[in-house]
Amino acid sequence: MKTYTNTGNKDTRSGFGAGLAELGKTNENVVALCADLIGSLKMDEFKTNHPERFFQVGIAEANMIGLAAGMTIGGKIPFTGTFANFSTGRVYDQIRQSVAYSGKNVKICASHAGLTLGEDGATHQILEDIGLMKMLPGMTVINTCDFNQTKAATIAIAKHQGPVYLRFGRPKVANFTPENQTFEIGKAVQLTEGNDVTIVATGHLVWEALEAAKQLNDKGISAEVINIHTIKPLDTDAILNSVKKTRCIVTAEEHNYLGGLGESVARVLSQQHPTPQEFIATNDTFGESGTPAQLMAKYGLNADAIVKATEKVLTRK
Amino acid sequence: MPNTQQLQDLTIQVRRDILRMVHKVNSGHPGGSLGCTEFFVALYQEIMDRKATFSMDGIGEDLFFLSNGHISPVFYSVLARSGYFPVEELNTFRLIDSRLQGHPTTHEGLPGVRVASGSLGQGFSVAIGAAETKKLNKEKHIVYSLHGDGELQEGQNWEGIMYAAANNVDNIISTIDLNGQQIDGSTDDVLPMGSLRAKFEAFGWVVVDIEEGNSIEAILSGMAKAKSLTGQGKPVCVLLKTVMGNGVDFMMHTHAWHGKAPNDEQLEIGLAQNAETLGDY
Repeated sequence: MKTYTNTGNKDTRSGFGAGLAELGKTNENVVALCADLIGSLKMDEFKTNHPERFFQVGIAEANMIGLAAGMTIGGKIPFTGTFANFSTGRVYDQIRQSVAYSGKNVKICASHAGLTLGEDGATHQILEDIGLMKMLPGMTVINTCDFNQTKAATIAIAKHQGPVYLRFGRPKVANFTPENQTFEIGKAVQLTEGNDVTIVATGHLVWEALEAAKQLNDKGISAEVINIHTIKPLDTDAILNSVKKTRCIVTAEEHNYLGGLGESVARVLSQQHPTPQEFIATNDTFGESGTPAQLMAKYGLNADAIVKATEKVLTRK
Repeated sequence: MPNTQQLQDLTIQVRRDILRMVHKVNSGHPGGSLGCTEFFVALYQEIMDRKATFSMDGIGEDLFFLSNGHISPVFYSVLARSGYFPVEELNTFRLIDSRLQGHPTTHEGLPGVRVASGSLGQGFSVAIGAAETKKLNKEKHIVYSLHGDGELQEGQNWEGIMYAAANNVDNIISTIDLNGQQIDGSTDDVLPMGSLRAKFEAFGWVVVDIEEGNSIEAILSGMAKAKSLTGQGKPVCVLLKTVMGNGVDFMMHTHAWHGKAPNDEQLEIGLAQNAETLGDY
């Protein structure tokens, strides 16, 4: 099977920071707003190089979303930066009315998503944001898997006309996708070829899915791993083509199973090609304090859990 | 100098539009609409430097944002009668497949509307954002906005108000429709807000009072003063004292007509008090 090399652990938020810095040089319409989390979002370089296009709004996320919506009028492309929790649930109605319903070209960039935020605990570990955002008509929802892909996605969404939710995280994780890749919104990336099971993963779970595929390979099970970086619009062709071959699927995400990637996949399959599916996701629960690795193990979001789910789904074929 | 007779005629015609629009669909918000009719007429006919055709980006012209979107009847009527879309389209207010939604939206592409409003308290942030873009684009034009007084109970307003002063957004004139009423009663009964002048000044804004907010002359002179205060490092707030339901005697000075349409008989009384001037749609 095809294997991937970790070129060194890096945080996806730094990929965002690098992409934003690049946009600062190449697109003069890009502006950035931050709600008192410049360091956490890695927006320092953009701020230093383009102070006139950087807006520190203070601890006032609702205002930040409204400002961003207004800034689009006259041609700017605003990128907002704060934690995922404060980028979505806290400002849902502002996004709904001033951004999504108004069709504004705002890029909502959200770090520290999911359990891997770690020790800060459940107040900051949102596991509902994908669901919240994918329910908004016209909203594109992206959850990138590593530094290189997050950088590429950040650059790509500036060219997309319309609101985007870009979700990434805090911890340093494997960096394994190509440097300077072209990121295509809504186009899944098949990472391995396999015949026995399809594993569709997003965000930090993509690397875990590759690790699981190696373990499965050792057991004689051939897994087809697909990186679904765009949850909406979903690449239904990639999923359907794969399950027609493998006849079973495991979905994996750092999110509640309610409202997440797994549910989006289940809807497509139930309508077009009913297929046994297992969900790697949190089970309608809040998170808690702990190290990222401890939390991912406790809540069943790692390679071992994907292997177990695969063995289960294989029995349901 | 403006022809005040023409403005008065338009004001009366807009009142008729408002009454007829809400009566036809037996829903909508006539009270606040009537209270702000003179303001909208003055704003679109005299105050704003605007282009004849609508573009979303509004480069090279003044912009207006309506935050208290429920007074859509007056907004739609004045937009239509200022040439943004045919006045006949006022017939479609709140009907299925209409661009004239209950609350204003960009979703159906109605010319003149740049953001959806209705869920209250979001207009300050949007208008300030648009003003920031005007500055980035090195434009001298002004961003105007209108907000209800009850609406100021929403916390997001104060985030925006604090931001604008802290960042010297001095190309914005935000007007508060000070009619003292909200759905459940007077603002003093529902949630007294104290001195809005003191609040805005404490937040670093310059405040202009327009005591006679239903007098076109008073609006023109007050807004001219407000404009003279722009470009001096501080955002400008206008406290526009209006009478809810102005121009229809039984709708005045009460919150009862905040969100209620007149019946057939009440419509006739209201229209009789505002004889046709420029022609009904």
